[in-house]
Amino acid sequence: MSKRLPDPLRERIQAALLNEEQRACRKRVLADFRSRREERFADAAEFARLRAMAREIKRRALHMLPDLLQQFEENAAKNGIMVHWAETAGEANEIIWTLIRKHGGKKIIKGKSMVSEETGLNINLTAKGARPVETETGEFIRQLCNEPPAHVVSSICHKSRQDVGRLFEKKLNSPYTDDIDRLCQSAQKVLRGHFREADIGISGVNFAVASSGALVLVENEGNVRMSSTLPDMHIALMSLEKVIPDFSDLPPLLLLLSGSATGQRAPAYVSVIRGPRGAQEKDGPRQVHLVILDNGRSRILADRELRQALQCIRCGACMNYCPVFGRIGGQAYGSPYPGPIGSVLWPQIQGLHRRGDLPFLSTLCGACAEACPAGIPLQSLLERLRDEAHTSQGVVRGSGSARRPGESVFWRIWELSHTRPVLNTLTGGILGKFLRFAPRLGSLRAWTICRSKPRFARKNLHQMLRKRRNQK
Amino acid sequence: MQISFPVKKAYFLGTCLADMIYPETGLAGMRLLEREGVETIFPLEQSCCGWPAYNAGYRREAMAVARAQLKAFPDPDCPIVAPSASCAAMMRIQYPKLFEHEPDVHEMLQLASRVYELGDFLLNVLQVRYQDQGEPIRVTWHSSCHALRDLDVARHAKALLRQLENVELADLEGEEECCGFGGIFSIRQPELSAAMAYDKIEAIQNAQAARVIVGECGCMLNIAGVMDKLRIPIACQHFADFIWERIGGENV
Ligand code: SF4
Repeated sequence: MSKRLPDPLRERIQAALLNEEQRACRKRVLADFRSRREERFADAAEFARLRAMAREIKRRALHMLPDLLQQFEENAAKNGIMVHWAETAGEANEIIWTLIRKHGGKKIIKGKSMVSEETGLNINLTAKGARPVETETGEFIRQLCNEPPAHVVSSICHKSRQDVGRLFEKKLNSPYTDDIDRLCQSAQKVLRGHFREADIGISGVNFAVASSGALVLVENEGNVRMSSTLPDMHIALMSLEKVIPDFSDLPPLLLLLSGSATGQRAPAYVSVIRGPRGAQEKDGPRQVHLVILDNGRSRILADRELRQALQCIRCGACMNYCPVFGRIGGQAYGSPYPGPIGSVLWPQIQGLHRRGDLPFLSTLCGACAEACPAGIPLQSLLERLRDEAHTSQGVVRGSGSARRPGESVFWRIWELSHTRPVLNTLTGGILGKFLRFAPRLGSLRAWTICRSKPRFARKNLHQMLRKRRNQK
Repeated sequence: MQISFPVKKAYFLGTCLADMIYPETGLAGMRLLEREGVETIFPLEQSCCGWPAYNAGYRREAMAVARAQLKAFPDPDCPIVAPSASCAAMMRIQYPKLFEHEPDVHEMLQLASRVYELGDFLLNVLQVRYQDQGEPIRVTWHSSCHALRDLDVARHAKALLRQLENVELADLEGEEECCGFGGIFSIRQPELSAAMAYDKIEAIQNAQAARVIVGECGCMLNIAGVMDKLRIPIACQHFADFIWERIGGENV
């Protein structure tokens, strides 16, 4: 008997499927997100118009990304923002740690940032003895449970208020309640203390405006604004595709981001950061640093098709509509970016030799691409990556690494029998007879976990019609 | 492709699944075309559109099979009709992309432009009108992802069903959600595929219908397979079979 390779992804999926409670919570939350989005964009023509604009803005920005980044850096420097470049995740973490240490930072607060998940910043800082505190309520909760975010917008879409009530009872010593307002108050009480003491604030970035060197941060709770204004030092971390040419490009992107994420007409807070506090100003950080992360994106940028993945504005809509995500949630993916966009982006960043399994975690139903406000053809990109996983002439890191001899031979035989009519009829006939008695092994076994064996027709269509043709 | 009316001749794309597993569906589709006076040709040289390999990430193999179809459907003025939106979408949408930089791109484009999904062809090209001959029945409809999002033809098949007077078309909750087949996905992630299929079956049961009608042999294989294993006495049927039966076509 051949040894079966362990499949951690499939194991995580099985565990997630068995967790009925989390599935029920997630189902409710995602349905709510979808209905809000649909209400917001009830006018399909408006959505189509905005989407076309957003796609063009992002495409243009990606097309001239090197120039834009240069322009941005110059203007940001004029504004007093210190720009640092990080080629890899490790470098980004190192830069941030050095900044904190030099500043003598004691208390670090954070706004929700997916790119900091990508670099594993929290784990890294914790290992060095620092204790960064997540300040967005959902992030605060998931940090208390020591879990990764389950969604790019709603980190705890799989938890009920009862779960949170029990958690707070245990970890914050607050009396049990499942009243959402009171739970939020409990969290706020703890967080206020952290805000007061913090001397370092870390945040992500939603958009960087090249023409003015400003950073745009979008949120609903105000915690990002606090994290970027209260502490003495603000460190923003962004991946390099976040830069857009001009402020005039911002409105459609903001409308689409808030509308697709939560169905809001506008986000509750939009912070525009031009730099540290000025000489006459009484508040704001004294230092603003920006770490710009590449982490394989230049390579993605080089391919015209794959580059489209970088149009993403992290609204989470593709997750809300994905039937796979809905059933297993974000954590099962084992990727900082879950859902369809994660399955497109993460294998490219990590290499297909590490995460070549992700592009196959989809039925290619296309619901993601339909929902995506940035016009990313997620389904086509998944298809492309599946091919990259098998071809040695690919451009993605680790391309060809998923090639298995057995599978390749199967498809080669399939090709042969389907390119030669005689063989096709023959194999069709044989298959029909053979599969009736075939033992349930391999693919057939997987198929029959929940289904009956397919019943092949005694006479296939080719055979039937040959007879008909001969009779004529 | 510019279709000249009246349509005299059409190729029928058997699709590999209909060929091996649901040949009656293929025959019913052909009869529906012939009933409108269209000479329907089933080229025996045809095999498969190539989607299974494309879906599994074997483009080179898929392209070789796609190329082999060129010879099967030679007449440039003859439309090609498929009883499955996934095959039609593969040819219409993917062929032009796959062959973009190949020397035979023009032939492939020409081929792609001739491909129609059966429901779309019946309703919009042939403009059929059906007289229902059957007893009153309540059915429900599942939209396949390719019909819905790639080709936007699911509404055409539904419009055909609505022509049938005695057929009550019950809404299916989550009608537009994938049934969990997804080709290689169902083999690689069988538990997840099953979870999706179970939800679909539950919705079908809740629709209180005698049958669930689909327009895709892949969905049919999945949905019927699960219902059979669970011994749920609801039939899953392709709209071609169903319509042929309703309008009093003799046994295929
Ligand atoms: S891929 Fe599209 S839908 Fe998904 S998060 Fe990004 S912008 Fe939103």
